[in-house]
Amino acid sequence: MNRQLALYLILAVFIALLPAMGAYPIFIMKIMCYALFACAFNLLLGYTGLLSFGHAAFLGGAAYATGHSLVVWGFPTLLGLLFGTAIAAILGLIMGALAIRRSGIYFAMITLAMAQMLFFYFLQAPFTYGEDGLQGIPRGSILGIDLRNDVNLYYLVMVLFFFGFFVCWRTVNSPFGQVLKALRENEARAVSLGYDVFRFKLLVFVISATLAGLAGATKALVFVSATLSDATWQMSGLVILMTLIGGLGTFLGPVLGAVIVVVLENKVGEFGHMLTQLTGIAWFRVLGESVTMVIGLIFIICVMAFRRGIIGEILHRFNRNKTA
Amino acid sequence: MTDLFGVPIQALLGQVLLGLVNGSFYAVLSLGLAVIFGLLNIINFAHGALYMLGAFLAWMGLSYFGLNYWVMLIVAPILVGAFGILLEKTLIRHLYKLDHLYGLLLTFGITLLLEGVFRSFYGVSGQPYATPALLQGGVNLGFMYLPIYRAWVVVASIVVCLATWFMIEKTRLGALLRAGTENPKLVEAFGVNVPRMVTLTYGFGVALAGFAGVLAAPVMQVSPLMGSNLIIVVFAVVVIGGMGSIMGSILTGLGLGVIEGLTKVFWPEASNTVVFIIMVIILLLRPAGLFGKEK
Repeated sequence: MNRQLALYLILAVFIALLPAMGAYPIFIMKIMCYALFACAFNLLLGYTGLLSFGHAAFLGGAAYATGHSLVVWGFPTLLGLLFGTAIAAILGLIMGALAIRRSGIYFAMITLAMAQMLFFYFLQAPFTYGEDGLQGIPRGSILGIDLRNDVNLYYLVMVLFFFGFFVCWRTVNSPFGQVLKALRENEARAVSLGYDVFRFKLLVFVISATLAGLAGATKALVFVSATLSDATWQMSGLVILMTLIGGLGTFLGPVLGAVIVVVLENKVGEFGHMLTQLTGIAWFRVLGESVTMVIGLIFIICVMAFRRGIIGEILHRFNRNKTA
Repeated sequence: MTDLFGVPIQALLGQVLLGLVNGSFYAVLSLGLAVIFGLLNIINFAHGALYMLGAFLAWMGLSYFGLNYWVMLIVAPILVGAFGILLEKTLIRHLYKLDHLYGLLLTFGITLLLEGVFRSFYGVSGQPYATPALLQGGVNLGFMYLPIYRAWVVVASIVVCLATWFMIEKTRLGALLRAGTENPKLVEAFGVNVPRMVTLTYGFGVALAGFAGVLAAPVMQVSPLMGSNLIIVVFAVVVIGGMGSIMGSILTGLGLGVIEGLTKVFWPEASNTVVFIIMVIILLLRPAGLFGKEK
């Protein structure tokens, strides 16, 4: 356990030093927002075995709520973040209460449908400014620290990310987390042991939605905007991919997955160009122009051949060596 | 009597017909999803993308090879079905022993890939597809104007749905299929080649999606995104109907299409969301769906 703690400390120090090492703060902040989003999602799919296909609703909903409260109501920054997160929690409570009435494949379809319903609402509602998105969100300041400075904001985002990560860690490593794993492995058995499955599922759904909301609220602050793309089904799919590629049910998997997906989104053009030059096949340039296509390909490869994900694969080999 | 609740009856019936057209697509697509789910136990997210593929094949047939609508109405579903069989044999087959969720994720990946490929060639704007000459124009029924193509879509869809229902419920092949849904091991013990049956079922299910795509080509814009917008609504339709019965899928699809059409008249802002709202109500009142069985 101490080794694990040491690993996280090294990670924290590394992230804290990144801006000093010349990394572009906005880029790293984007990764941290997505990483928190994926960690929140992993609580459901990785530890409870529930596939939510509608997590974009919480990311997008919280981003709009935070943005609106800061722009229109003039909330102080901290209150705006809390407000966005709280809205995501309420959305999670409503969506969760409905979705857990069915399980398995239906659960996925219901969450997808409800997130799509919310997407159409955001598309039409005046406060989201439709396709343009909500722009010019003031970052303001917290405890006298001016957040218009990217580096100051960077450390706030880092603190929020580690707070969210800690909540996930604490949730999983608790008696409550043990029940969640039991639900994942054998729901019927958990019922027969007398656990109120609905309450456990609903609670973890709300925790996951709240943390996803925190990620969305933070993202609105980082990009000083909230747009429809945060609430699309593609975003819900993207968070699944981040979790899957890094490793379901591992702590660092979703974080690594977020890094990979964000880097890929930004660099896929260059990558396609490089492959064209290397191989002389012009088609790779087409690949580089379409992030959707690349993400689809990775999805297929992950599901077919790589279901443990990167971290999951490493842990698996490590454990096998230890027992051998 | 030209008004009903303050809405001209002409407009009302026009929207009901439009609703029926959409409902026909819901019915054909949810039927395909239900058939596939019954035997393969996976939810085919790629259904929307394959519907889009059907529409694009119709468009490509006309633009590149001069093949008319009627030829493509037969050829496109066959090609989509063949593509489905290829997918099943190379990819989906390997996931049967795993959690059903992986099937959903794989087909989601296939959706993104297909959409991405078509987007890189044709962009996001739609391609127009002319209504075939035989079905152009409309007839004045006295109380409303009936565009012939729309009527054709509804009739053709219902015929295909009923034929599918007949095949599954009343023929020997259908009986094997239903038996395979209940207990594949036992059916295999009787000497039926179940893996082949599964492959063909998937091919047939996605061929239905391809057929719907060709039907949709003249009424919708043929665009790479046409499928994913539709499939999520179809998922809601499936949740409302439950995948228990073939007839249930057909009726739910058509019914929700009409309700959506009526919502466009009385409360336009909610027309995009009404199916989802109904889904929520059904989940509260009858979680297994209208025609579903509680497991």
